[in-house]
Amino acid sequence: MHSKQSKWLWAAALLAYAFLYVPLIIVVVYSFNDSKLNAEWVGFTFKWYEHLLHNEQMLVAARNSLLIAIVTSCCATVLGTLAGIAMHRYKLRLLPLLVLTPIAIPEILMGVSLLIFFVMLNMTLGLVSVTLAHIAFCIGFVAIVVRSRLQGMDDALVEAARDLGATPLQAFRLVTMPLIMPGIIAGALMAFTLSIDDFVITFFTAGAGASTLPLQIYSMIRIAVTPEVNAISTLLMLLTLVLILIASKVAPSALRAE
Amino acid sequence: MAKSNRINKWLISGPPLLYLIIFFAIPSLIMAFAAFRYPGDYGGLLPLIGPNPDTGANELLVTAENWRDYLTFDNFGLFFSDPIYIELFLKSFWYAGITTLACLLLAYPLAWLIARSPKKYRDLMILLVILPFWSNFLIRVYAWMIILGPQGYFTMALNQVLGVVGLGPVQLMFSHFAVIIVLVYVHLPFMVLPLYANLEKHDMALLDAAQDLGASGWQRFWKVTWPLSLPGVWAGAALVFIPALGMFAVPDLVGGTDGIMIGNLIKQQFLDSRDWPFGSVLSIMLTLAVLLLAGLAAMVGRGGKRDAL
Repeated sequence: MHSKQSKWLWAAALLAYAFLYVPLIIVVVYSFNDSKLNAEWVGFTFKWYEHLLHNEQMLVAARNSLLIAIVTSCCATVLGTLAGIAMHRYKLRLLPLLVLTPIAIPEILMGVSLLIFFVMLNMTLGLVSVTLAHIAFCIGFVAIVVRSRLQGMDDALVEAARDLGATPLQAFRLVTMPLIMPGIIAGALMAFTLSIDDFVITFFTAGAGASTLPLQIYSMIRIAVTPEVNAISTLLMLLTLVLILIASKVAPSALRAE
Repeated sequence: MAKSNRINKWLISGPPLLYLIIFFAIPSLIMAFAAFRYPGDYGGLLPLIGPNPDTGANELLVTAENWRDYLTFDNFGLFFSDPIYIELFLKSFWYAGITTLACLLLAYPLAWLIARSPKKYRDLMILLVILPFWSNFLIRVYAWMIILGPQGYFTMALNQVLGVVGLGPVQLMFSHFAVIIVLVYVHLPFMVLPLYANLEKHDMALLDAAQDLGASGWQRFWKVTWPLSLPGVWAGAALVFIPALGMFAVPDLVGGTDGIMIGNLIKQQFLDSRDWPFGSVLSIMLTLAVLLLAGLAAMVGRGGKRDAL
């Protein structure tokens, strides 16, 4: 009875895993297919990756994406860490609301409201507006990771440091900071990936001024399905995988927490 | 001491608070206000501030006499005047609902299996669920465009089978089916994680007790496991339903003309037809729907927890 049940369970679980992975594997496989169509397997080739290297638009988009993601990750990590500490230490009402709501509502709402806001300020839409928008939605994710790290920390450690004569700043720098560092690093990596992956908010705040990788991919797949997209997708997946591996080395606990 | 504490509090919470007020709270309020304004001559919004015809200096154009030329309820009237908009909302709810249900059916056995696996494998199994979620969202949609495309092996094989039993070829791309299957695909991890977090905490002795008391497999599930897992189910449902409801990229890429949702209409108002006030009305309606659902989920979730205790 039990083994029959678990057999069904395993079958259902394997089905779910297959559902998750087969589509991505297909994307990777076709990136090496020597045919313009993502249909029949013709032969092995690297030419789509070569095309990519000569695709000026794609390279500009990749540079933009990287730039935005780095700046976003730095700013959102500082602001998010402060928010996480504040939410852990003090009883606040407004901050948690403003930190958590952007995560909970559909992205499109934030996208359109920022569009109105930037246009009202007569700001030219481009790299700056996209970065400002990305920071706004990444703060919350960093704050949550940092706060969960703080919640797992023993407050007695800070008290002990204070009893031994450390100033509050010393106690923070020498005790709290090293302890929450894995959370901060995980938050920074998360902000980086969220920013480099974001499509919806970027779509509304980029205007004609700046293209990012997701925007470039979007405009390509809207017109036609081409293996060049498979190639860039494969490279992006590889990048994400590397980032996750780094995160799991630096901060295994933080990765599990989220 | 108390004073320096207060200074610390503001030093720590001030910067993120200020940033989010400027780049989240104020834009949201401006959007809410935009719903009561008129569209501009060339799209966007009719300006409230502009050059005075006599002096040429910029000033507020709205006065106590002419405010009716600048503020209106008509945008809301438009929403309720044509049933097409309400129908689109209902259709989006329907899509999001089916998506949530399909995610639940796929995720439950998986979450249950992971929760009952040996502890050393659990982290890996969960990581395998999250991993695809970390790849770019558009890539995950694109993968299905390949699979569902008319020349994909899957569609061709399906049509061959259908041809044998005498049914005409079907087109999978640009259909309701395409929208829903892709929505399920991109949201599945959001259902697995809260379910797993809940199921992992269950005391297996309860199931043994139920078995000793003569409950069959199904009874054990429906009378013990399922009620206890309801908080996880509600959390997962909220995490899937809400983003699915506001989705615009998925219907845009795989839905065709038939499969559009609220998000597409909002995008259209802001970027194509440039009727920002009406776009703002639609956004407000979507926000209200989300708030209502989140409140409902929180209420039911709390109720579920009380029952379980």
